[in-house]
Amino acid sequence: MTLAAAAGTAAHATTTTAAAGTHGFLSPTGVEIAFLLVGLVTFGAAVITVTTRQLVHAALWLVVALGGLAVEYLLLTAEFIAWVQVLIYVGSVVVLLLFGLMLTRAPIGRSPDADSGNRPVALAVALAAAGTLVWVVTDAFRTTWIDLDGAPAGSTDVTGASLFQHWVLPFEALSVLLLAALVGAIVLSRKAKADAASDAADTRRDTEGTR
Amino acid sequence: MHLAYPAVLSALLFCTGLYGVLARRNAILVLMSVELMLNAVNLNLVAFDVWLSRTAEDTLHSGQALALFTIAIAAAEIGIGLAIVLAVYRNRGTSDIDKLRDTAEGHEPDGPDSDTTGRAVPGSRTAGEKAEATA
Repeated sequence: MTLAAAAGTAAHATTTTAAAGTHGFLSPTGVEIAFLLVGLVTFGAAVITVTTRQLVHAALWLVVALGGLAVEYLLLTAEFIAWVQVLIYVGSVVVLLLFGLMLTRAPIGRSPDADSGNRPVALAVALAAAGTLVWVVTDAFRTTWIDLDGAPAGSTDVTGASLFQHWVLPFEALSVLLLAALVGAIVLSRKAKADAASDAADTRRDTEGTR
Repeated sequence: MHLAYPAVLSALLFCTGLYGVLARRNAILVLMSVELMLNAVNLNLVAFDVWLSRTAEDTLHSGQALALFTIAIAAAEIGIGLAIVLAVYRNRGTSDIDKLRDTAEGHEPDGPDSDTTGRAVPGSRTAGEKAEATA
């Protein structure tokens, strides 16, 4: 074990080939089996999200897909990203989507027109893209293994240090972008309300004029 | 862990989101599919960052930093997108993106009923909007 680690640190260029000798396709580790099972759940939930005809169920299956992705991040030892995923996606984005569904008066039951007419074309495009991407990715990374032993690669300590040492300027720019998005969302919703009020006043004036 | 597992899962999730964007009719369902695509990209970023942080001597953890930035931008995008969808719903009474064909060029492929109603209503709305903008 120490010999393999020493060899790995000595020759970084040959790490993947050396690792390929110790790993096998037909002997998956426990982490790989867990990743595969959670990945199947995630993918199934994503498929149900884009195919179900009940709009609220789509949002709830999206919770399952995003939570499964958070578990995948945990299995990849990226803890901080996993909890950020849980907080932001499962906590706020899905709640926002549910609010949007309710504010646009989405039907509760099955809605027959959830899918548009170009469904076969979309299916063909998605299947072609999936086939191409999966083929290219498996062909490119056939002999590449992630080393998950040792300290976690994405603990809060590591992520915070790299974020505030090397990525401070993008971080601050992102805070400005979030502020702009906040103001933009408020302006958009306020303007719509003012429009509705002025339109109501216009129609009232019009009807009074015709009378 | 084999790198193909997260890469293949990310590709499949991205294509699921692609199908949803192309096939869905409700604007909020399209936004959900966009979220799926963004999450697929995040999984790729995290997986490759974990792989490269082990093989490289010194790392900036650029993958995880970019994943955090993508999550923040996705949160901003969903807020703005929902505000736009709600504004469209208030103005048009629908969040059906197949019926929002005001900027479509050429012949009108949809029926005459949507043509008449879709013409009359936006005309008055844009007129009112212009009047308010000049006032």
